[in-house]
Amino acid sequence: MLPVTFSDVFAVSPLLIVVITAMVVLMVDLALPRDRKSACVGVSLFGLVLAAAACGLLWRAQKEAFNGTVIADDFALAFQLILIIVTALSVLLSEKYIQQKGINYGEYYALMLFSASGAMLMATSRELITIFIGLEVLSIALYVLSGFARTEARSEESAMKYFLLGAFSSGFFLYGIALVYGGAGTTRLDTLTALPVATLLSPYSVSGFALLIVGLGFKAAIVPFHSWTPDVYEGAPTSVTAFMSAGAKAGAFAALIRVAIVLLPLSAVFNDVFWALAILTMVVGNVVAIVQTNIKRMLAYSSIAHAGYILVGLIAQNSDGHAGILFYILAYTFMNLGAFGVLILLARRGQELNSIEDLQGLAQSQPWAAALMGLFMFSLAGIPPTAGFMGKFYVFIGIVKAAQTAQNSSLFYSLAIIGLVASVIGAAYYLRIVYTMYFMPAKREYPADVWGFSPGANFALIVSAILTLGLGILPSGLYKTAVLAAGSLDRPAAISRQAVTPAVPAVPTPIERASIH
Amino acid sequence: MPIPLDYYLILSAALFTIGVVGVLIKRNPIVIFMCVELMLNAVNLTFVAFSRYHNDIGGQMMVIFVMAVAAAEVAVGLGILVSIFRNRASINVDEIDLMKG
Repeated sequence: MLPVTFSDVFAVSPLLIVVITAMVVLMVDLALPRDRKSACVGVSLFGLVLAAAACGLLWRAQKEAFNGTVIADDFALAFQLILIIVTALSVLLSEKYIQQKGINYGEYYALMLFSASGAMLMATSRELITIFIGLEVLSIALYVLSGFARTEARSEESAMKYFLLGAFSSGFFLYGIALVYGGAGTTRLDTLTALPVATLLSPYSVSGFALLIVGLGFKAAIVPFHSWTPDVYEGAPTSVTAFMSAGAKAGAFAALIRVAIVLLPLSAVFNDVFWALAILTMVVGNVVAIVQTNIKRMLAYSSIAHAGYILVGLIAQNSDGHAGILFYILAYTFMNLGAFGVLILLARRGQELNSIEDLQGLAQSQPWAAALMGLFMFSLAGIPPTAGFMGKFYVFIGIVKAAQTAQNSSLFYSLAIIGLVASVIGAAYYLRIVYTMYFMPAKREYPADVWGFSPGANFALIVSAILTLGLGILPSGLYKTAVLAAGSLDRPAAISRQAVTPAVPAVPTPIERASIH
Repeated sequence: MPIPLDYYLILSAALFTIGVVGVLIKRNPIVIFMCVELMLNAVNLTFVAFSRYHNDIGGQMMVIFVMAVAAAEVAVGLGILVSIFRNRASINVDEIDLMKG
């Protein structure tokens, strides 16, 4: 048996701290009376700060742990930091929101932290089964969270839909792992990378990888595995929607990137698949969002569309694309959590904002809330000088650079062009929100104490707004860090794109004729 | 005579397909959930068969993980269903349709 050393524990310390914090929150919760759960917020934030500090200590150390199944490279740490930011902002946004909703339980924060730790595990693991455990920790906590408003039929409905479809998709993910294991004899991603292409091309492995993409695509809300997204986003409490829109996506994409790197030698088979998924995701997400009348559903389709842009960076398969993804997900975190944050700020018991009409004339009574919402909408639409624009810019730089070196460059260029067209279509529905807020007559009353409601949410919103603008105006510092982090990924350097020979038919493996003795 | 690996794989693929079809056509969430369990157990069978074939203990270890995760999923899933039943005294998925589009 392999002994667990301090070094192993240190390498996973960020997520370990988050898990321990969640347990401490559960303990603290027991001692608190029902109406005073603010200490849980404090404990959660303290734990998240510690976890971020642990990430800082591990930075550039490139530690492997637990016999190589876990790797704390800068790429993983960057994703973990993003997840810590997502969780901290969500916790801040949640505090008063769940109070006024009457679901002020300490378990809420614990579940959010557990869920974050699952996503962090996905980002840092290099073994398919560890990724699966991370995926399930992330998802199971999210199932509960989306049904957290127990008395609301919509919340319950979203929990059930998410749960049934989520369990369904993890079945596919697992079958994928089993087939990869059968075809290649291992589930370690680093071992898989080192295997000869012929082994990876066995029918078992190829179908296994395809099923892995289905499972992860479900979590990342990639079309055609997106059908749960609008319903779950609409029904779940808004603070949970905010968390899962950024958190689950970050975890899923971190794992998807690591799996996609293994697939690099198979790019002849899988590039077309990713290409079709990216185009479908961008086009369907943006087009269907236009006709939505519910604002949370619209943001759900918007998040699907954004998954498409991130997928473009993934197809580039170079460090520019991966750095672009890191930048994009961080930018997306701020602008999307910001947009949900404004909705949270305006929500009071029994009168949450649901339809886009509810925002009519917001600018007249609440100019600051409308201005913030407008900023986040501009950023989501990708209009400079916002973070959303720079994110798209870096992702598309990645794909254009990939196009310059690849033989089938038209595939990559077409992706960039379709992405740009889709984002222009997308601007329509984001700008409609701005139009509704500024140029439509007011229809409803907004709470008078918008800014006195929740100091935590105010803080989260202001941070998001500053960074949405800041990353748009001065992106280079962060982008350099992202390039550094993306460079730490262990890409198979020896494999050039030319080495890929698509014409080779799958070699019949001995497995097919073999038997179990 | 040893049983060929193919037999195990065909059986598990068939079980998996039955599970998938069940999830798609059944209307009762508990039955849907049982179909999901069937899918997971088909996967377990695949793992064990390959583990034996590769003569590698890794696959059998994974089965334990899958079972543990499936148990956790059952706990949460049934909890959600109970809480829905409390709200509306029915768990037919055709009636749970507040949100569409």
